[in-house]
Amino acid sequence: MPVEIDIAHVARLARLGLSDSELEHYRDQLAVILEHAARVQELEGEPEVDVAHPLRMVNAFRPDEVRPSLDRDEVLAQAPEANDGYFVVPPALEA
Amino acid sequence: MEDFTIAIAGARLRDGSLRAVDLLAGVLKIASDTEAQIHAYLNIDHAGAREAAERADNELAAGVDRGPLHGIPIALKDNMMTRGLETTAASQILAGYVPPYDATVVSRLREGGAVIVGKTNLDEFAMGSSTENSAYGPTYNPWDINRIPGGSSGGSAAAVATGSALVGLGSDTGGSIRQPASLTGVVGMKPTYGTVSRYGLIAFASSLDQIGPLSRTVEDSALTLGAIWGHDPLDATSYRGDYPDLFSQIGAGVDGLKVGVVKELGGEGYEPDVDASVSAMVEQLSASGAEVVEVSLPTFDIALSAYYLIAPAECSANLARFDGIRYGLRVEGETAEEMMSRTRASGFGPEVIRRILLGTYALSAGYYDAFYGQAQRVRSAIRDDFARAYQQVDVLVSPTSPTVAFEAGERTDDPLAMYLSDICTIPCNLSGDPAISVPIGLDSRGLPIGFQVMAPALGEPMMYRVASAVEDLAGFQDRPSLEMVAT
Repeated sequence: MPVEIDIAHVARLARLGLSDSELEHYRDQLAVILEHAARVQELEGEPEVDVAHPLRMVNAFRPDEVRPSLDRDEVLAQAPEANDGYFVVPPALEA
Repeated sequence: MEDFTIAIAGARLRDGSLRAVDLLAGVLKIASDTEAQIHAYLNIDHAGAREAAERADNELAAGVDRGPLHGIPIALKDNMMTRGLETTAASQILAGYVPPYDATVVSRLREGGAVIVGKTNLDEFAMGSSTENSAYGPTYNPWDINRIPGGSSGGSAAAVATGSALVGLGSDTGGSIRQPASLTGVVGMKPTYGTVSRYGLIAFASSLDQIGPLSRTVEDSALTLGAIWGHDPLDATSYRGDYPDLFSQIGAGVDGLKVGVVKELGGEGYEPDVDASVSAMVEQLSASGAEVVEVSLPTFDIALSAYYLIAPAECSANLARFDGIRYGLRVEGETAEEMMSRTRASGFGPEVIRRILLGTYALSAGYYDAFYGQAQRVRSAIRDDFARAYQQVDVLVSPTSPTVAFEAGERTDDPLAMYLSDICTIPCNLSGDPAISVPIGLDSRGLPIGFQVMAPALGEPMMYRVASAVEDLAGFQDRPSLEMVAT
């Protein structure tokens, strides 16, 4: 099965700012890998998809109790930029 | 020192003929002699290890015994969170990151009195089969320093093989514990999915990832797994039922057991020495009373294809969290999107970028059902194949890897060739079942060969029973020559 890849679109979805030559390089590699991956089409029959958990664990509930969370200062110490107890981010919307 | 197992060292720590601080010093001496050439560790925690070893000695002297890992030096793959100790997953994007909490396995090791030596090298975010995808340089194989140790848990495997730790923890998403164990001549085990908590394991593919031990012996493997497994409320996929006794069947031999040899894992594409060694072990199992049958699991032929859609799909979602906001690298940009795109392109290495792109593609509109949806159907069919096989046999066996350790650089330009390294190990990740690699000998060049034993979910006692028999039959005592390695 021939594989069409709009690599610039995929990179945008993945938030990867790649150059044109990098995009071309990855597109060529993806084409080879996807050609192999497309062998999933060779499966005969239509098994019922039941892959959520091999031990059939569903709905892990816990008591709704107040517990201490991670220390805010320790967490914010790892942030590239923080101010007054908050993460600082560049503008996500145009003003 | 190099021949210490957990069991031997544990006995000597308890009879007073060995102190944990001296055991640690011995391990650190090996590390200082070999690390320049092996590079098993990204970070050795001298101060923390010393403190833990002193505490272990003081507690034993006071009659406090925390169990089998008390005082035992252990290496941790650097994708497990250690509070206060840098954790990078071998990625530039996490350079300098200091976790604010411990992974559940780390908490359990600390409670069990283990001495954490340091954090070991891996393929970035555990994506790879050679430990060459580390942003901090590759790990080399102590059996031949021109070769790789396998991956992605190559650092922990090399540390155990070299003796710079008595035991290590790795994570296995497609074979990342078993394949490096095979290539370095140690025992590597992936437990049943859900039995070891993933809380604090930096996620790669959440439906496949599982932490497990790399050790010198099968007994050490069971001792270590016993210390880290069990239900954890912090992991919603954690198994909540009864956990079997891992030692209940070890030593019972294979007389009367049914052993299935997987028809699809062997022959063309497998090195002749690997095939011959595995066949010889199967003969020995048969001579020891096992009933050996060939079993066909036809879906294994397309397991790799399904894996290379499912794992990248999950990775593309999991790695979305590295966005330059809460932790790790940030490369500035005018807008949030520009900042994220620059940060991610700059912070991730080529294999991680490749897999994120692959997964994003497989999940994107128009391709989802043909790729990801169909891969999930293949995954179900593989589970059905395993279920049918386990109606006939107690365990399945195969080579762990089609080849012995390959040369550094040999597969780095060919992603697909690298992916084929995991062809024997991937099916058990897709099924969620336990599997173990046991060293059974050396090839004609003196490189280790591993034998894989697979069992049904929660079949660890049976898996360890057969693995222990394989270990006894193989009598594999060889160790890499430290003289060759030492500088």
